[in-house]
Amino acid sequence: MSRNDQWKLAGVLAATLLSFWYLYPSYRYYSMTPAQRAALPAQELKSLRNRAIHLGLDLQGGMHLVLEVDTSKLSAAEAADAPARALEVIRRRIDQFGVTEPLIQLEGENRIVLQLPGLTDRGTAMDLLGKTAKLEFKLVRTPEETQSVFERLDAFLAAQGTAQVDTAFRRAPLTSHFLELSSYAFVRQEDLPVVERLLATPGIENVIPSDSEILGSSEDIAFQGVTGRALYVLKKEPEMKGEMIASAEARLGLDQTNPGAWGVSMTMTPRGRSEFARVTGNNVGRQLAIVLDGLVASAPVIRERIPSGDASITGNFDVENAKVLGIVLRAGALPAPVRIIEERTVGPSLGSDSIKQGVTAGLVGAVLVVVFMSIYYQGSGLIAIAALLLNVLYVIATMAGLSATLTLPGIAGIALSIGMSVDANVLIFERIREELRNKKTVRQSVELGYDRAFRTILDSNLTVILSCLFLFQFGTGPIKGFAVTMIVGLVANMFTAVLFTRMIYDWILSRGKVERLSI
Amino acid sequence: MFQLMVGTNFPFMQYRRIAYVVSALMALATTGWLVMNRGPRYSVDFTGGTLLQIRLSRELPADQLRDALTDAGFQGLELQQLTGEHRNEFIIRMKTTAPGEDTLVTKAIEQRFTGESVELRRVENVGPKVGSELRQKAIWAVLSSLGAILLYVGVRYEFKFALGAVVALFHDVFVTLGILCFANREVSLTVVAALLTLAGFSINDKIVVFDRIRERHKSLRKETHSRMMDIAVNETLSRTIITNITVLLSSVALLVWGGEVLRDFSLAIVLGMLLGTYSSVMLASALALDIWIQIDRRKGVQAA
Repeated sequence: MSRNDQWKLAGVLAATLLSFWYLYPSYRYYSMTPAQRAALPAQELKSLRNRAIHLGLDLQGGMHLVLEVDTSKLSAAEAADAPARALEVIRRRIDQFGVTEPLIQLEGENRIVLQLPGLTDRGTAMDLLGKTAKLEFKLVRTPEETQSVFERLDAFLAAQGTAQVDTAFRRAPLTSHFLELSSYAFVRQEDLPVVERLLATPGIENVIPSDSEILGSSEDIAFQGVTGRALYVLKKEPEMKGEMIASAEARLGLDQTNPGAWGVSMTMTPRGRSEFARVTGNNVGRQLAIVLDGLVASAPVIRERIPSGDASITGNFDVENAKVLGIVLRAGALPAPVRIIEERTVGPSLGSDSIKQGVTAGLVGAVLVVVFMSIYYQGSGLIAIAALLLNVLYVIATMAGLSATLTLPGIAGIALSIGMSVDANVLIFERIREELRNKKTVRQSVELGYDRAFRTILDSNLTVILSCLFLFQFGTGPIKGFAVTMIVGLVANMFTAVLFTRMIYDWILSRGKVERLSI
Repeated sequence: MFQLMVGTNFPFMQYRRIAYVVSALMALATTGWLVMNRGPRYSVDFTGGTLLQIRLSRELPADQLRDALTDAGFQGLELQQLTGEHRNEFIIRMKTTAPGEDTLVTKAIEQRFTGESVELRRVENVGPKVGSELRQKAIWAVLSSLGAILLYVGVRYEFKFALGAVVALFHDVFVTLGILCFANREVSLTVVAALLTLAGFSINDKIVVFDRIRERHKSLRKETHSRMMDIAVNETLSRTIITNITVLLSSVALLVWGGEVLRDFSLAIVLGMLLGTYSSVMLASALALDIWIQIDRRKGVQAA
């Protein structure tokens, strides 16, 4: 084997190994049962899911929505950031809805694209998008009060005897999950499902004092380097409502002891000003929670009475979350009416049917092509089939590696590229046959076949790639998926159908004089 | 060794006028249909409207379902019953884009037929504005992609080949659209995607033939243009047919097993592949030949 061929072989082996490396997470993720997935720690599952091939909404089921923010009734200044504010409000609501990996983004001037995989509860989703957000200021209970509430819950849950073997868990079923219990309780990310289940125990609402409620933080927070969420015990009756905020924005230098820190400054409406002065005056030293849609966005400490209505929130902010909080405070309610202008929903049963049908069609097509090639080109047909299998492997692995999304048209693209990928080999083989008929030697025929066919293969693949690029520009999600698989398939085709098969021929020819070629 | 169409010597160029007539008739019929019906039958993607795919727990005759929906006040809806094992599924197309129409449909059916339960499998609801935007985008995509192919082929090949290839390509895409229209199929986003893909496939075939003509033009200087083209087309005939067979095998599999969502897409590909094979052999080189003869005549060279 020549040095050149050794390099080629190394290239093919490396690409193949790399493909398996990229495909392994997909294999693991999709071969797991739901129970196995649930048993995996949340972080690990998330990272596995991110590395596996993403299925488009048309395959896994879900909703694709395009919303239009109607800014026609707003002033120019308000209209400018209304879409961004609407997006933030919607994002928060969707997060609470427990959709896995939603995609929410602005498109154009005033449109919001929402992709909600797995969500097919359409009625609820529509309500969620239409309702108005509730912004409230609520007092956080003191650490002593907070602890006493959680201890009462512990006692109640222990009496319920939620069978736990470990004694610590039996005596304190709830608080033993807390890393910290002061004016709030800190729950690690992985303990959240357990804690949520405990808090949903029937009858628990009678144990929580009727003037208090337990709410979680809306964002992940860090405690001693661990990520998780905070639970607050709040006074149920809000001190103030969000309508009293006139504006809010992220600012530097609000905290005099730490001028480099970001914070959020707010101004109140005239009525809000007097309300705020009263609330802050009566509660100096306590925490005031800013509650949006039933979750605590932030819970700053009241330092002093604030008569001016100019309030600021300082604390552990970087520029990003200061901006977000500013948006939230302004964007309590949707800033402008939002209309659904496009909806595409696929039910989960249709999605899984589509996968089955797409894969069946692809396999049947592949078998037909394989049978045809092996009958028509015999030995050489087998080489083309090996190239074809490598091609499919590389395409799917590239899709996984690029975190591209596989859609139903994408599966069709792979199925079609199975038929197309042998095109290059057919060109080469026909050429070799012709040269053989012209009484050239096997070696000469192979060389001429590859040399003469190459330019044609390049041209013809390029034209299809060209039309797929336009397709990508034009298409919606599923069609983009088709364009991507086609382009990847054609690029991989240059590698497998030309370089790889040539390597096999060189290897066959290098083993001595070949009189006849099986072609 | 298995061989198909090797060593053939069909006088394709001699019969090119027949191909012209056949193709012109097909293109005329398509144009006629499009003029009479004011464009193709666009799907909700382009007109705006609602498409619902529902599955009933018990099979129902389409007539009864239609009556039930008409009685419930749904005007001008189209009802399509799926076939085979999916006989209990229906696709409903409505002009309205009001959200929530789907729940009304579900309710109307469940009220009329006791014990029947409706599963909503697919909802596509496209507002009129989005529809017209998508239509513009589709037209732009088709035209610019044809333009880019013309440019590419024009740079790589001489003018006569480029023009012949692009006319043949346009023919393939246009007549495919025509057959879909006559078969009463809808033009949706995926059908446009199929047409664009066909443009790529179609030109691919022609390039192979033209490459061979160019090669033979150098090696067979003494032959007439038409004889030389016949040789090139015959020499590439087996390749043209075999690669189209392999893609056809895949696309027929998609048409048969790929399910309802992919049906129109696969149908367009299958039709386009068949037409493309025909035009690669019968049309593209013939057009190039006639253009070539014209060019020669202008230059005062004796026509071949």
